[in-house]
Amino acid sequence: MIQALAFYLFAGVVIASAVMVIMSRNPVHSVLWLILAFFNAAGLMVLVGAEFIAMLLVIVYVGAVAVLFLFVVMMLDIDFAAMRAGLVKNFPLGIAIALVLLAELLLGLGAYGAGGLELGTPDGAAMTNRPGVSNIEAIGALLYGRYIVLFEIAGIILLVAMIGAIVLTYRGTKPGSRSRQDVGKQIRRRPEEATVMKNPEYGKGVDL
Amino acid sequence: MGPIGIEHYLVVGAILFVLGVLGIFLNRKNIIVILMAVELILLSVNINLVAFSAFMQDLVGQIFAMMVLTVAAAEAAIGLAILVIYYRGRGTIAVDDVNRMKG
Repeated sequence: MIQALAFYLFAGVVIASAVMVIMSRNPVHSVLWLILAFFNAAGLMVLVGAEFIAMLLVIVYVGAVAVLFLFVVMMLDIDFAAMRAGLVKNFPLGIAIALVLLAELLLGLGAYGAGGLELGTPDGAAMTNRPGVSNIEAIGALLYGRYIVLFEIAGIILLVAMIGAIVLTYRGTKPGSRSRQDVGKQIRRRPEEATVMKNPEYGKGVDL
Repeated sequence: MGPIGIEHYLVVGAILFVLGVLGIFLNRKNIIVILMAVELILLSVNINLVAFSAFMQDLVGQIFAMMVLTVAAAEAAIGLAILVIYYRGRGTIAVDDVNRMKG
């Protein structure tokens, strides 16, 4: 009973906040609704016992991706009101396509519920909910064992994304900028031209 | 309220997916919201994978959900980097006149 209640709560909030993500006028609000959607999706995943994915969702999506979105939205100074102009024009077409898509998905769901689909059955090598084995432990054994190549490919994907983002946004150093070190100029510098001796009179400043 | 089965989760995933597609259609000019809608679509895929993984007693679905998460994070980083350099050169992010970039 409490599980069903929690499911309907999480599912309702996920869907409501997804609606707000796409309908909100201000993209900053959209990002905040997106964060709410991710939190509640994590709750849904906790309900079926996938704690690790739920925590990953909170850490990666809320902690990294959503903050990145927020950062970019706030960094770019954009007139968002002008961008809403096409909303009314596209609304009927969008609703029609969404309804068709939803009908198709629910038809597939009905076929699955009626037993019309033969899904592959697990071979038992990766059983979840084994007694005495937590979700994280089982995922770790699987990820660092049979799926180690997949794990490393994921690392390479992230490396490529990181290098790509840096290369795309790197502007290079300007010739006169202070961030660039000119070693030859530093070595050529002599004490005579860098320091001066002054003997100021009492009560008067130094004129350099 | 009966017991929660896999169909409940699949319905939530389907609705989220449709909302993501609808978001792409409705906010055709605002590429930031388009990227957020893509994140919603990937979230619905993750919900489906985790639900099947849990109800069919096979953890491989959760491994795949992690891969989807990885690709989603990479896609968001690259997409926002492209957005930033586009804004830097153009002063706007309206995607209507993106085709001026060609040639």
